Amino acid sequence: MEYIHFAFTAFYQFGDAFAFLVLSAMGLAVIFGMMGIINLAHGEFIMCGAYVTVATARMGVPLPIAMLCGSLAAGILGIVLERTIIHRLYHRPLDSIVATWGISLILTQGTLIVFGSSMSGISTPLGSFSVGDYTYSTYRMVLLGVAVLLLIGLYVLFHHTTFGIHSRATIQAPHMAKAAGIDTGRMYSLTFGLGAALAGLAGALYAPTISIVPTLGANFLVESFVTVVVGGADVFLGTAPAAATLAVIKAFLTGWQGQLMGQVGLLITVMVVIRILPQGLSGWLLKGRS
Amino acid sequence: MAMLQREDPLTARAASRVPNWMRLVNGPQTLGRGSLFWVGFALAIGAAAVYPAFADGWSVGNTAYFFCWVFMALGLSLIWGYTGALSFGQTAFFGLAGYTYGVVTINFGAAYGMTIVGVLLGVGMSCLGAALLGYMLFYGRISGVFLGIVTLSTTLVFATFMAQTAGSQWAIGDARMGGDNGMTGMPPLTIPWAGGDIALYSGVPLYYLLLAMLVLCYLGLRVLVNSRFGNVLVAIRENPHRAEMLGYDIRRYQLIAFVIGSGLAGLSGVLYTAWGQYISPSNMDLAAAALLIIWVAVGGRKDLTATLVGTLVVLGIFQNLTIYGSYYAFVIMGLLLVVIVVYLPEGLIPGLVRLVSRLRKRKEGMS
Repeated sequence: MEYIHFAFTAFYQFGDAFAFLVLSAMGLAVIFGMMGIINLAHGEFIMCGAYVTVATARMGVPLPIAMLCGSLAAGILGIVLERTIIHRLYHRPLDSIVATWGISLILTQGTLIVFGSSMSGISTPLGSFSVGDYTYSTYRMVLLGVAVLLLIGLYVLFHHTTFGIHSRATIQAPHMAKAAGIDTGRMYSLTFGLGAALAGLAGALYAPTISIVPTLGANFLVESFVTVVVGGADVFLGTAPAAATLAVIKAFLTGWQGQLMGQVGLLITVMVVIRILPQGLSGWLLKGRS
Repeated sequence: MAMLQREDPLTARAASRVPNWMRLVNGPQTLGRGSLFWVGFALAIGAAAVYPAFADGWSVGNTAYFFCWVFMALGLSLIWGYTGALSFGQTAFFGLAGYTYGVVTINFGAAYGMTIVGVLLGVGMSCLGAALLGYMLFYGRISGVFLGIVTLSTTLVFATFMAQTAGSQWAIGDARMGGDNGMTGMPPLTIPWAGGDIALYSGVPLYYLLLAMLVLCYLGLRVLVNSRFGNVLVAIRENPHRAEMLGYDIRRYQLIAFVIGSGLAGLSGVLYTAWGQYISPSNMDLAAAALLIIWVAVGGRKDLTATLVGTLVVLGIFQNLTIYGSYYAFVIMGLLLVVIVVYLPEGLIPGLVRLVSRLRKRKEGMS
């Protein structure tokens, strides 16, 4: 019995870390993988999702719907920003990072002005369950399920729908796609909006577990950057295996030495991985294909 | 790229009489050449030199505070503007050097020129840190967006680390790290002197010291970027593959530029810490790192003079805006950055220079 309990604890910690990495990195990975842009306002889309979720939930809307509202709000914000600013910078990827950083500064400090330095949060739903002597949060397990479902859902979206085929065509050969009648500008907007909505969903899902402050996005940044860099450009063959690998390291180091050592471990891993695999895991996995 | 020019023998002979370093100061990688610029430069230094006679003590100290930051901005201009390596991690070296200065001077006091040892060790620590990180990055062939992400992540983790050092177990000797509240109580810069040490609190002597350091650093960097080394850096920025094919080990050049630039960030860090006798994790967090990018991007990152002027101007604007609340100041800084990046990616000053020369050409064409 002891072994089973120990194995479950390990699985729980791994799953918790895996879900956090996948959910926080997914929006960044979609935007980077599809458009080659690193979005430094990623944390602010997460923040937007969390704020809208908490605000709507406190108005009495059921939590799952509030979360969808949060995700949707971040997605709309993303499309607006893409149409007004980002679309001017597609041929200048380095400048686009700097510009998104400016956006991030505006959104964080603007939120501080409008909503003050903190907002009262909502409690973690679903209570807990116990295995052996320890109790575990049910909600964390739900998050793991959501992360896995999200990975599957995105795979289906990008590989088995017209939108997915059009967007991949736009990424791979924009001129050909345009010649074939695809509105590439619209595809870029929608892809950016999807990335923003996924970031918002991460904020929405974690809103009950964190304190709602304007800088909350920064708590997700390091993990999401590291996952995307280790994963490389492909959303599925990159993010999922990268998150799985990093989750093992993070869960182990966090359990052993605390959250900060988890982050330090991730940082060292990312440097080692880029040293060995400059294209990330997906570049290595796809080497035979291209 | 330097243009080929046929030199006529007279100017060539005249040029050979000019010492080499002067030609380097006036070389092709810096805007602002010719007598008009240098007259302006001399006037600016003269104005800065007599400024304390006309200004009150607070303004002088405040200007000295502005000077503290410029070294880091010039360093980033070298790394980002001249070498083309997007480093978002300069504030980490700023903090590292500041904390090192604190640890050294709190433990060993200010006597016997110990604060100068603190400055040197602080700058040395940031050079060492930059050499380690830079080796991993540049020799790992990390470039472009990834370089920015990894340096930024490193900075954020370092800031998080320093923010949790609140307990009394986090101390090196007598120097408490202080967590979020930062480290305080280090002595100001102190010059050992025959008739008793001179402590440079925020005031006129410190102002002159920083002004002299700034002018030296600026001229030194001008020589550096116009030298053969600087030309290679610009070649790497313009096209790394071509530079490599021409036989340059670009990793080495990038690493050296990164170490020099980070050393300057460290210099800013120790000077700031000595100026205010205070350093905290908020000096290197996301907002601090963004401000540095804004100073350098707004003036014009690809030129030292533009960076210098831009940094001082933006610092002044920012400080005046914080009167209305720092949140508003940050929002306006963010807007400024977005507008500059979208419409004037080279920065304000090179944009203005181009506009003026275009107008002048048009005038010449008309007459």
